[in-house]
Order: sequence, then structure tokens, then C-alpha cells
Amino acid sequence: MPLSKLDELESRSIFIVREAYQQFRKIALLWSIGKDSTALLWICRKAFFGPLPFNVVHIDTGYKFPQMYEFRDEYAVKWDLDLIVGKNTEALEAGMGPEASASKLDCCTALKTEALKQTIGREGFDALLLGIRRDEHGIRAKERVVSPRDRQFKWDYQNQPAELWDHYKNSYAEGTHARVHPMLHWTELDIWTYTRRERIPVSPLYFARDGKRYRSIGCHTCCQPVDSTASNVDEIIEELATTTEAERAGRAQDKESIYTMQKLRAMGYM
Amino acid sequence: MGAVDSQTRQLKFVIVGHVDHGKSTLIGRLLYDTDSLPPSKMEEIRTASAQLGHDVEFSYVMDNLEEERSQRVTIDTAQIQFRTPQSEYVIIDAPGHRQFIRNMVTGASEAEAAVFIVDAAGGVREQTRRHAYVLAMLGIEQVIVVINKMDLVGWSQERFQQVSGELTSFLGQLGITPLLVIPASAKLGDNVAKPSTNMPWCTGAILIDSLAQLRRRRRPQQLPLRLPIQDRYELDGKKILLGRIDTGTIRTGEEVLFLPSGVKAEVASIEVFLQDRTGAEAGESIGLTLRGDEPIGRGEVACPTDAPAAVSGRFRASVFWLSNDAFRMGEQLKLRCATQQVPCTIERIERLTDSSTLELIAQDARQMAATQVGHVVIRTERPIAVEPFAQTPELGRFVLTRGHDAAAGGIITETKG
Repeated sequence: MPLSKLDELESRSIFIVREAYQQFRKIALLWSIGKDSTALLWICRKAFFGPLPFNVVHIDTGYKFPQMYEFRDEYAVKWDLDLIVGKNTEALEAGMGPEASASKLDCCTALKTEALKQTIGREGFDALLLGIRRDEHGIRAKERVVSPRDRQFKWDYQNQPAELWDHYKNSYAEGTHARVHPMLHWTELDIWTYTRRERIPVSPLYFARDGKRYRSIGCHTCCQPVDSTASNVDEIIEELATTTEAERAGRAQDKESIYTMQKLRAMGYM
Repeated sequence: MGAVDSQTRQLKFVIVGHVDHGKSTLIGRLLYDTDSLPPSKMEEIRTASAQLGHDVEFSYVMDNLEEERSQRVTIDTAQIQFRTPQSEYVIIDAPGHRQFIRNMVTGASEAEAAVFIVDAAGGVREQTRRHAYVLAMLGIEQVIVVINKMDLVGWSQERFQQVSGELTSFLGQLGITPLLVIPASAKLGDNVAKPSTNMPWCTGAILIDSLAQLRRRRRPQQLPLRLPIQDRYELDGKKILLGRIDTGTIRTGEEVLFLPSGVKAEVASIEVFLQDRTGAEAGESIGLTLRGDEPIGRGEVACPTDAPAAVSGRFRASVFWLSNDAFRMGEQLKLRCATQQVPCTIERIERLTDSSTLELIAQDARQMAATQVGHVVIRTERPIAVEPFAQTPELGRFVLTRGHDAAAGGIITETKG
């Protein structure tokens, strides 16, 4: 019996996760509480037969939906996660927020990228697992499976390492860290069909209420719901087969200017 | 678009060819004419094109970096999904500029097939030939050729036949026979997703329909087992070997041979989370426990006892040098093959060739520069499990690293030096 498409996608992701765990000194999974990093978390549990041998990091901007905090706390206990919450308290106390800052770029940089920098510095991680996918955004389509970031977190997108077959970069200069992307080859639809097959729990924010649902979740201040009547995973899968709307259409930081995402990622944004 | 059948795997193909012959434009056109682009993406492309003061540029579908758009050149490889009513594809765009050959090879190394573009006016050029060489080296045999920009040569059948003949004969030297050759204009859309009315002499398939001729590469279940071990993982006192099966199958109770160590052990259990398993097959990522406590870890390859891989510390290979810093004889490198990693030296560069002209540069060369191909003898610090690339690609291909970076890719031609 040939493996199904989902089996192949999953197997490749497990392979990448296991490579990362073996090849790096101290890795962590970056969990945004969204569907992609939750599917990745699920795959990590399968890769290591249940208990995760590394930390799970949530970068908390303080502006996440209350449902996301509830979901996080519930499953952190259920899955016995070693959860670290990273927060740029200094910036938050100084009043940083989407309204206070001049641009989305500044706010994302302070509350996400900077908070992540602080967490990495404190915990000494040399690699992070992230749930990003190529089909989410044109800039993400340019990513490598394993991507080095220098001390300043910079992504040198004009000079990415060769990545032949399954040989991912495994040697780094002191002070750099790697972003590992085990879900890069998945699509939004793959994530949902896998979520259905595996019965992976997801935040209720994804399901329609009063004719609207979130297709991509982050800070409540910068996410817009889309028109939808899809109130369960089956209906979402049906909806995706016909929609022409882009997945991240509701995400403000993508739209500020065409190249905001490129700039954010170059600076170390997730 | 109908219901998506999750049982169908996707076919991955790469678009290759000389810089500016229209690779990114072809992908953009294909997606645009099949309504595969969200309206917001089209809007973004229109805005970006207007900002730079030119007509709607289809290549922006793939060229998403600001620098790629302002300099009008693809810098890095990118992938995008594409569906026809029958099939699902992943299209890999690869940069055509010589400077970005490393990114081209990165993209092509994932592909099972290729669409090869040649500009009808420009004809076969340096990177056209180099990319053909890369395809041959990577073992990509399924190739569809598109002779692009037919509008620039007045839709001339004669010019089409001339360019097509030149390319086909070059591909022939490399052992590649194209499935078909299509005259097209990616910019205007002729023969991409819609038949052209400008070339009544052309009666063959158009690009979108020809994709159905591409076959998926199967994970060979029938070949002998090859399971490179990634890690030895301990859970509740149990020692589990982790790895993905490259070829063949494995069952509990079976005796397997680990190479290069030569240790034999019986498979006590196959570990898949929350499943009871007695067997597993090529493509699966599994765990394995052994009867007894053999010291097996990363770098060993599980094989059947009666059909082992070769174990060798000296073998022949073709090496494509990628790094901008040339290799000099005597340098120490690291070789990565499957999950094995070992220091190595290149003992001889028997023949050094140009990957574009295929001409011999030198015999017994002392150095090897970017885009040159060396037919070499490699000596590893200790023997490793290897096979000829033509037999088992996963154990016949390798990466050479220097310092922190991959410097070359290679394939093994003979397992004995």
C-alpha cells in the first residue's frame, strides 16, 4: 500500500523534527497556539512517542485573544508541556501596542521579535521549530527547511545556504541560531485535513460564529475575521476548496506595505 | 475545483533554464490563466508593478523579494502549489542566473521532473546547458521542453525547429530525451494554459495538458531495506532507534544488518505512536527496538542480512562544486551521506569538466571552482555505507561541507576507488 499524501507529509515532518533534535544542542518549539504550530506540536509528540524532550515557547504580546490563552493553558497541562512564556514586559510597560506605535512593523518587532530574542538569550536555544508554510505568503515560499539567523536575528535572504536533498545545515558560527521549518511543505488545506484525520484540537476562534470566523489567528488587535459559515473542521475543508480569499487576508501586518513581511522576517520575525 | 483526494500525492517539478528566458513568468501565467491566484495576490502584483512603473509582471507571483522585483531577476528558489482537475503539483522555481546556481541546485534537488525553458530568440545558452547537466546529475529524467517567447520570432516554425533541435541534441548527450517540446509565449499565454491561435502549424499538447504525462516517483518497496538511523532515543528506559525507511520494508522478528559497523540484531518492535505495528515500509518515519543491547546509533544504516549496501572508504564520484571559494587539493572536507557524517579528502580529481560546455578542463586537476564538475576519488576517514546513485539514490548522493557550509553536492558512480 503506497503511503497517502498526508502520511508522506507527516513522515517528512517527523524526519525534520528528529534531525533538529539530534543535530542541535538545545531546541524548542515555538507555539503560537494557531492551527499550524499546533499540528507541528502534534507531530513532535508523534516523533517522540508522547512526551516532548524539549521546551515549548509561547511568545505572548499581551494582545492575544482570551480563547488562545485558555487553549494554551488547557493543553499545556493535558500534553504535559514544558511551557515557557516569553514576553517583552519592558516594552509593554512602556506602553507599546498596535495603537501606540507608529506602525505595525514597530509593534510586531517589539512585542514578538524582541520578546523572542530575549527568550532565546535567556534560555540559550540554538534552534527553534516553527510551523510556517510556503503557501502562506510569497516570502515564506522562499524559506529553507533549516534557516540560519545571526546574532542580530537577521535573515540573510539573499545568501541562503544550499539545501540538497535532506541535508540541512547542521554547523553554525557561535551565537547564531537556526529556524527549523518542518511544516514548510504543507498547505492550509493539508493542515485542516490532517487536523481532521488526527482529531487535533484547535481554538474555537477558527469556527464561524454569527457569520464570521478567523482563518489565521494572532493578536486580537490586528486580526480580522472573514465571512464564513464554516462551524466545524469538515465545513472549513469544504470552504477552502472553493474560496479565492488569501489565508492571511485578515492579518494587518501583511498589508501595511507589500514588503512588510519581508522586512519583518529579515529582522527575525517568525 | 472538486473535492481534494488526500490519497493522491503531489508531483514536484522544477522550472529551469537560462536567466531571463521566462521561468517565473511561465509559472505566473500558468497560475493566472487557471484562476489559481487569489484576487488579493493579483492586486498586490498590480500595485507592485505600478510602483516600479511597468505592465503587470507575471513573474511577481514567484519573485516576492523586493530586490527580485526591482532588479527583475529571480534570486532564490521558491515553491508553489498548483492543481488541475486531475492532479496536484508543486512547482519549484529556480533562479537562472549563474551567481545563484546554488539556489537552483537546492530547488532542483527536490524535483521528480522538470520543465525546461529556452528563449526562442536567444536559443541555447550557458545556463541552459548547465541546468541540463544538473538535471542529468540529479537523475531527473522526465523533462518537458518549452520554447518560450515565440512571439519574438514571429511564431516561426523554422526557428522553433532550430532551437528545439539544438537543445534536444544537447540533452541527448546527457542521456535525457524530452517527453515533448512545446512552442509557447508565457508573456502572452500562448500554449501555456490556452492553445495558441498564432501557430497553426503546432498541433501538439499545450503545457498544462502535457503535465499529465509526468509520473510520480515511487518509493521503492521492492528494493532491499535501507533505513538510515537518525538517533538513538531513550524513553522510559527503552532504547529506540529513530529513522525513515528509504527503500524496502521491515518486520518485527527479522534479523537486520547495521552498516558500516556490521552488527546484526533482531528487530524486537516497531514503534509508531499509539499504533500496534509488526511492519513498516519505505517512506515511513518509525522507531525500532532491538533484541539485545547493541550500541547502534546515528549513522548506521539497517539493511537485510542477504542484501547489504557496500561499505567503503574510497569511492568514485561526480562532484558539482557550489561554493564561490574554490576547492584546493589537500583540503579536509566533511562528507554527509544519508545520516552519516565523516571527514574526507578528495584524493584525485581525475577529470575536471565545465558543467555548461561539458568540455574537459583538465586531467588530474589540483583545484575545482564553482560550477565545475570533478570526477573524483574520495577517501573517507573511516568506511561508510554507500551505493551507486543509479542503484539507491539515498545512499548514492552526498554533500561535501567545508567550515559551516555545504560546498558541493555529489553522486557516487563506483563504490570502490
